[in-house]
Amino acid sequence: MEEFIEGWTARHGATRDQLLPLLHAVQEEAGYVQDAVVPVIARALNLSRADVHGVVTFYHDFRRTPAGRHVVKLCRAESCQARGGAAIEAAAAQRLGVAMGETRGDGAVSLEPVYCLGLCAVGPNALVDGRPMARIDAAALDRIAAEVAA
Amino acid sequence: MKIYVSRDMASVALGADDVAKAFADAGCEVIRTGSRGLFSIEPLVEMETADGRIGYGPVGPWDVAAVLDGSHPNRLGAVDQLSFFAGQQRFTFARCGVIDPVSLTDYAAQDGWKGLDAARTMTPQAVVDAVKVSGLRGRGGAGFPTGIKWQTVLDAPTGDKYIVCNADEGDSGTFADRMLMEGDPYCLIEGMAIAAHAVGGTQGYIYIRSEYPFAIYTMRLAIERSAHLIAPFTLEVREGAGAYVCGEETALLDSIEGKRGQVRAKPPLPALKGLFGQPTVINNVLSLAAVPFILAEGAEAYAAVGFGRSRGTMPVQLAGNVRYGGLYEIGFGITLGELVNDIGGGTASGRPVRAVQVGGPLGAYFPPSMFHLPFDYESFAAAGGLIGHAGITVFDDSVDMAHMARFAMEFCAAESCGKCTPCRIGSTRGVEIVDRIMAARPTPPSVMPAKAGISLPEGGAEEKGDPSVRWDDGVLGKALYSRSPARIDTSIDAQTTLLRNLCDTMKYGSLCALGGFTPYPVLSALDYFPEDFGASPSPNFAPLKEAAE
Repeated sequence: MEEFIEGWTARHGATRDQLLPLLHAVQEEAGYVQDAVVPVIARALNLSRADVHGVVTFYHDFRRTPAGRHVVKLCRAESCQARGGAAIEAAAAQRLGVAMGETRGDGAVSLEPVYCLGLCAVGPNALVDGRPMARIDAAALDRIAAEVAA
Repeated sequence: MKIYVSRDMASVALGADDVAKAFADAGCEVIRTGSRGLFSIEPLVEMETADGRIGYGPVGPWDVAAVLDGSHPNRLGAVDQLSFFAGQQRFTFARCGVIDPVSLTDYAAQDGWKGLDAARTMTPQAVVDAVKVSGLRGRGGAGFPTGIKWQTVLDAPTGDKYIVCNADEGDSGTFADRMLMEGDPYCLIEGMAIAAHAVGGTQGYIYIRSEYPFAIYTMRLAIERSAHLIAPFTLEVREGAGAYVCGEETALLDSIEGKRGQVRAKPPLPALKGLFGQPTVINNVLSLAAVPFILAEGAEAYAAVGFGRSRGTMPVQLAGNVRYGGLYEIGFGITLGELVNDIGGGTASGRPVRAVQVGGPLGAYFPPSMFHLPFDYESFAAAGGLIGHAGITVFDDSVDMAHMARFAMEFCAAESCGKCTPCRIGSTRGVEIVDRIMAARPTPPSVMPAKAGISLPEGGAEEKGDPSVRWDDGVLGKALYSRSPARIDTSIDAQTTLLRNLCDTMKYGSLCALGGFTPYPVLSALDYFPEDFGASPSPNFAPLKEAAE
């Protein structure tokens, strides 16, 4: 990871405002921002470890532990709720065998809340491994579950 | 055969990629556009014919043959003649859904860069004056006059000045920023370049939330392709990281600087001390995207449309449980009822409309008895609400408004930046109070807990009572005594009063709109839908339920 961070800062600069882009890059590379990499980032950008830790933990996007092999992000915001989102959330948890905000024991899937994907007239909506899906219903949950099992 | 298929994230979520592929496989030339903005007809395909572009929608990949021979039952004719589009005044979204979003040729052919060209022949002061005359106000929600903001930055001492676009569109029920960035990114770039010319800006940032991967991709591509046209001004996309509060302008600036997205105290205004401590124009996507029209067609043409002090058009977004959901750009002054019932067609579920939330998670809930309200900053403020980013989320009569009030507090607790106490702690206490009200309300009896058994999460621990403490001893003793869980009046009346007091504290004591506006959905739910909180309908607002039906 140290080499990756060195190479990245060489290309993009090592100023403080590069912290979020660097954290995104680290997460894309490693899947998460492990605690061990925090001091490396701090050194690279000349910040304190506490400072970097504070930023990592502030933003919902940054993970400190690996996600499941598949990530299902389900919208919990008002417009999806108005279209039956709460029932779909409960059904998704049951169908995928994992509680909202958790990763399943076998590491196959993480179910995560997201607050609005901006597809508010066609909810309930989800991002399945980065792919947007609208009008989630029982049949769509079956397809997602099959994808996760594959 | 030329076929147009949207690549907007919502269209793709409905299957537009498969449709596009099916047409390409059939030998058609497929052009990916933004979305026209009516999602009940997506995935939409438009076929170029001698009579212009003919739309079909919704269609699936299996419909290729029927579309190509014109026999498909979902033939819509010319899409812009549909009643949903014919009544609109598309100033900002004129090109969205029509052109290939990243084609410089298409953009230039459809009046693109006209505003920037006009601005470059004018002095910076003249450009700022034009924006002032147009009456354009911040489309992010606050409604502050854009021209005044620009004037402040123009008058600031020279040096590095920044143009920042707030594209952290986190409000549920809003998607206009996303649609514009995906469907007409050069329009935003042109608006930012005009702002840079007007105030002397050198570098611009577009802060886009990470939940919008398509918008990030499209904007980055468009910036790369148009760099030579806006030089020496430079632009960069910064990706958010899932913090709603970064939609607050000062938190957004801190986030770009690489810090926790915490709200700054104002003053100093960002216009004087903004990004990296330098004078900064920070505007919403829709404010900046309205500017090219103002410069190209004239400030008077923009100001000629509107209502009262709200000039120009607003891209209204119809969302939630609505039959014809989508983007409807129209001059201010149209009523809420026209938008929800006439244009939106009522609910998608076919049940009666019970409530609409206007302006996202921080906006008020209105019942149909308020549908006479004209869509305008002042009218909504006077009615105890806000138009915010002009998202309207429709709910049918199955909604539990106490649950929605609880969600408003829960959302604030999850997204609070933690800097000020009313927002950080008040939101959690608010969830607890609504929980107590929901537990105490008469229906449904099956879930009604034993009255004495209501326990307080967390906060209750300290009051459990150390036997050595005498409750009536001294000031601290008295305080602990009065907060003992056994002595909390959990009656609905007492808890409702407490909730109103808490909302008052949050409204006037919070540093920014997150804590300050969370009371809007909570109080409006309490005021307009008291029956959901176990109270009899308030005389001031009765009879609401009947009016709704």
